[in-house]
Amino acid sequence: MIDLETAQPAPEPRLGSRNDIVRSHFSVRDLLSEATVALTARPARTLLTALGTILGVAALVATLGLAKTAGNQVVSRFNELEATRVLVEPQDRQQGRNNRQVSVIPFDAGDRLRRLNGVAAAGTKSEVGVDGLVRSVPVVDPLGQNEFQIPVLSVSPGIFDAVRATIETGRVFDDGHNERGDNVVVLGPGAARRLNITRVDNSPAIFIGDDSFAVIGILRDVEREPDMLNAIMVVDGYARERLSLFAPAEVHIEVEIGAADLIGTQAALALAPDSPDQLKVGLPSSPRGVRSGVQGDLNSLFLILGGVSLLVGAIGIANVTLVSVLERTGEIGLRRALGATRRHIAAQFLFESGALGALAGLIGTSVGILTVVAVSATKSWTPVLDSWLPFGAPILGAIIGLIAGTYPAWKASATEPISALRSGT
Amino acid sequence: MTASIADSGPPPPSNSTADIVVELDEVSREFPGNPPVRALDGASLAIQRGDYVAIIGPSGSGKSTLLHLLGLLDEPTHGVYRLDGIDTRDLTESDRAGLRSSRIGFVFQSFHLLGHRTTVENVMLAEVYRPGTRSTRRKRAEDALRQVGLGHRLDAYPTTLSGGERQRVAVARALVGEPSLLLADEPTGNLDSVTSAQILDLFDDLHHSGLTLAVITHDEDVSERAERKVRINDGTLTEVFR
Ligand SMILES: Nc1ncnc2c1ncn2[C@@H]1O[C@H](COP(=O)(O)OP(=O)(O)OP(=O)(O)O)[C@@H](O)[C@H]1O
Ligand SMILES: [Mg+2]
Repeated sequence: MIDLETAQPAPEPRLGSRNDIVRSHFSVRDLLSEATVALTARPARTLLTALGTILGVAALVATLGLAKTAGNQVVSRFNELEATRVLVEPQDRQQGRNNRQVSVIPFDAGDRLRRLNGVAAAGTKSEVGVDGLVRSVPVVDPLGQNEFQIPVLSVSPGIFDAVRATIETGRVFDDGHNERGDNVVVLGPGAARRLNITRVDNSPAIFIGDDSFAVIGILRDVEREPDMLNAIMVVDGYARERLSLFAPAEVHIEVEIGAADLIGTQAALALAPDSPDQLKVGLPSSPRGVRSGVQGDLNSLFLILGGVSLLVGAIGIANVTLVSVLERTGEIGLRRALGATRRHIAAQFLFESGALGALAGLIGTSVGILTVVAVSATKSWTPVLDSWLPFGAPILGAIIGLIAGTYPAWKASATEPISALRSGT
Repeated sequence: MTASIADSGPPPPSNSTADIVVELDEVSREFPGNPPVRALDGASLAIQRGDYVAIIGPSGSGKSTLLHLLGLLDEPTHGVYRLDGIDTRDLTESDRAGLRSSRIGFVFQSFHLLGHRTTVENVMLAEVYRPGTRSTRRKRAEDALRQVGLGHRLDAYPTTLSGGERQRVAVARALVGEPSLLLADEPTGNLDSVTSAQILDLFDDLHHSGLTLAVITHDEDVSERAERKVRINDGTLTEVFR
């Protein structure tokens, strides 16, 4: 048997005051190893405790990943429409003296552009102001019930292909209409409904103010420029002479796939060789808006699902940690007797639940990513994942663990050592 | 032949107590209630360094209450308790935790070993809250286990140990880091007479090597092995002289 007094160096001075007290201390490394021992002592139980959070994080990662991946598919469908579209407008839409737009776009813009390699269709479109209302019968009804305020657009014949319009009935303008400045109109489907015109084989006429027009066609749909759906289209040649349209407001170009950038650099020069910098060429942004809207809907639905599973997971961790605090009452009493302060006890349980949450987050992230990859494989999609997700999700798990462990940790630290020791181990 | 300690004159002043580990001066502990329970009533006691004191008394007499006070797990409602000359009245909770960690070793009736840790890990737990001990902790724990005769069971789990062996692990845990005072509450309460004797032999050895021991028991055999005997009855302490 080793003699205590001689085997060890002389003990430090035992007597004195408070200043001689060596405060107890719980180092981070000890905290880590204690938590590791506690979590690995019963691995099956640890895994089951973490299961809710694992599923929650997995659901979150999988849904975010799938939303992103699916959103990407939606995007590529929009992209085809967007990538073949070029719009030319006057720079900054400067207003002239008569409050009229100064535009250097020529009326033969469509013809000039069609000569460029890569342009599939091109046409001009302008809003025009008309005096008076629109009606489909010659007689003015004193009650005004068959007179309507309908927007009137002046277009060139090429516009219909450029905006991917389809025809319900009749036909659209040809170059002859444009050159002669004929009194002819094409109706958007909305305008046709309001004017109660469904067919053109009986040569219907409409009246804009006092002028009468022959309706030669009704559109079915317009993929781009939805304002044409509810408008009456007159031909540029007419608007130029009779509605004093000074210059077209916009040029719409349908380009071959991949030609947008090339046409973008050439269009301004082709339209205004003297002052190309007065024209603005660009891709419209509206499809992007549609895209983010679609993604937003998907994401919020998926996020709610993931959030609910995480809440369930957090309750699971809180519940089991609380049970384990009760089970380990004897251990808590022992640790207090060995010199742990309340704070050390709280830190231990909080760290354990935080580590458990982080572990769950890590496993859940892996499961979630595997799910995204698997689903993408079956749908032959390209899996897409935000780069912060693999790092953010375990941190989210740790935060959930910490929140879930707060009450149990407080409960553990409030345990009185005497009654805890009485409870046995 | 008993004499009250309180009758043997006032306790010595604290500045001349160089070798006194425990000094209780008219200490009372009252539990609130209707009527309040006075588990300890004006107890005075001095334990010199190297003393081996047995505290005996019937059930409900206040033995555990006294041990909790001595172990700084509880505070007196009246009186002064000095440990190693330090007045424990004006200590913070963290000071008291520090004193428990560095100067007191506990041995409990029910051992209080953690089932998922080996014996050496259980002993190492004693130093988790002691600063600067980490790197040499395992070696000291192994030394302590050899000292209690368990050098061959370092990596055994408590469930595979006999009751006597478990209690020896608990003693090793209390010894590691050389406490000023080893407190044991019914250390043989869960053991048969043979293994009890082993523990008592161990206590004798520790006593001879200079350790200060206070052992609470209601077992006369246990108290006979001690150098001093203090009887507690209804919260009142009396030294038993033989
Ligand atoms: N927390 C408490 N609240 C109220 N009364 C208490 C409390 N703790 C102890 N007591 C009372 O104080 C008295 C002394 O109790 P204590 O536990 O010290 O006895 P003991 O001598 O250790 O008994 P045993 O040998 O049965 O363990 C008993 O009457 C007990 O009921
Ligand atoms: Mg008791």
